[in-house]
Amino acid sequence: MKLTCDEATTICDKSQYGEASLWDKIKLNIHIFLCKNCGTYSKQNVVMTKCFNKHKEVIKKEERCLGDEEKKTMEQEVLEKL
Amino acid sequence: MTQKIHKLSPNDWIKLHADYLFNYTISRVNNHEVAKDLVQETFFAGLKAKDNFQGKASERTWLISILKRKIIDHYRKINSAKAKAEVKMNFYSDGEREGEWIEERVPSSWVNNIEKSIENEELSVALEKCIGNLPKKYAMVFRMKTIQDFGTEEICKELNITSSNLWVIIHRARTQLRKCMEVNWFNN
Repeated sequence: MKLTCDEATTICDKSQYGEASLWDKIKLNIHIFLCKNCGTYSKQNVVMTKCFNKHKEVIKKEERCLGDEEKKTMEQEVLEKL
Repeated sequence: MTQKIHKLSPNDWIKLHADYLFNYTISRVNNHEVAKDLVQETFFAGLKAKDNFQGKASERTWLISILKRKIIDHYRKINSAKAKAEVKMNFYSDGEREGEWIEERVPSSWVNNIEKSIENEELSVALEKCIGNLPKKYAMVFRMKTIQDFGTEEICKELNITSSNLWVIIHRARTQLRKCMEVNWFNN
């Protein structure tokens, strides 16, 4: 029933991905009620998730593909081994 | 109905599959050069093994299965003893205080305006730096889960780890990132 701070913050992390069970969340809330540090962590964790989502938008916009030159070199090397 | 027998055409591999394989890889390893090398190695391995191709799966599916093994090998390599030693602990791992916060890792309150901080365009740069400070294995799992939105089960299967392994990694990555952003962003 009683959680350590390590366990409580792990549940807190899981819940950021919607993967904490109801029972886990109840235990987490009891822990947070009694533990100021984990309360701070929990509040800031929501902010961290917002940061990660912002970062995700930036990453998704980036072009991530091979350059034409790189592909040409790769093609040559593959054909050589053929 | 007869099943379609697929054939390999290595001459067209780059044209047909290089971009797809590269995209698949970069979303997992997040490094251009590493991704390029893994794709190239996949093509080489494919050439070597081409006589074993039975034509049951499509050419691309077959290449992806080779690539997946290459990515696991890469993951194993970065999961070496040295990589493990880099992890910063946030909680006491044994003794009377097991599971409690280590004093200097305790979260402190943030002085900067949070809303403003999140809207700042530099956020991404700061965050990327912090992710770059994580042990490579942690960064890889964290990125797959948080930035690329892969499911827990998918990551576990792909990297051959258990879901409790995954959550330990995510937890340590997130507490470390929180600390890094606290120092370099929210209290800077």
